[in-house]
Amino acid sequence: MFRPSHFAAVALFALFASVVFGITQRETPRRMIRYGLYCFVLFVGSAIVISWLMFLIAR
Amino acid sequence: MASTQDKKPEAAQGFVYLPLIAGWLVPGAGHFLLRKWGRGALLALSILGMFSVGIAMQGKLYAGAHDILEMLGLAGDLGNGLLYIVSRAAGWGSDQVTITTGDYGTRFIVVAGLLNVIAAVDAHNLRTGRKA
Repeated sequence: MFRPSHFAAVALFALFASVVFGITQRETPRRMIRYGLYCFVLFVGSAIVISWLMFLIAR
Repeated sequence: MASTQDKKPEAAQGFVYLPLIAGWLVPGAGHFLLRKWGRGALLALSILGMFSVGIAMQGKLYAGAHDILEMLGLAGDLGNGLLYIVSRAAGWGSDQVTITTGDYGTRFIVVAGLLNVIAAVDAHNLRTGRKA
């Protein structure tokens, strides 16, 4: 059984989803890569920010 | 004047919905039919990867539609096409979720299905010339 940490799960999710978003939502390879990276950073970044917010609220 | 007609490729012959259906049944197959090898391979890798990780995390495959949430989950799972049917036949994802990663796995499987639908629609758009 595969038991990744929470962050590893977020990173894997972001990686797979960003690849599909990049390829399907843009037309040229260059723009696909840029949009994929943008989505990846947004996925992981928002997970980190929301995690910190929840941590501070729960204190 | 640049019109939408200028973007139409050789298309217009053969069954227009073939890439859509093939892409739904097998991740990336719609793009392979259109000879977009790189895009198809990356899409197949991502969708198969997400689905496999979901199964490996002991995610659950939705089998029935007893309430609205299960119905939505089933709709997402069905987006995986043949992957869903093969996994159900093999008995994967049939255990009750008892651990947190199993719950994440269930979401991975549903999202893999939704991403596969997006990829199949993209293949259809390429086929019809709506996308270059």
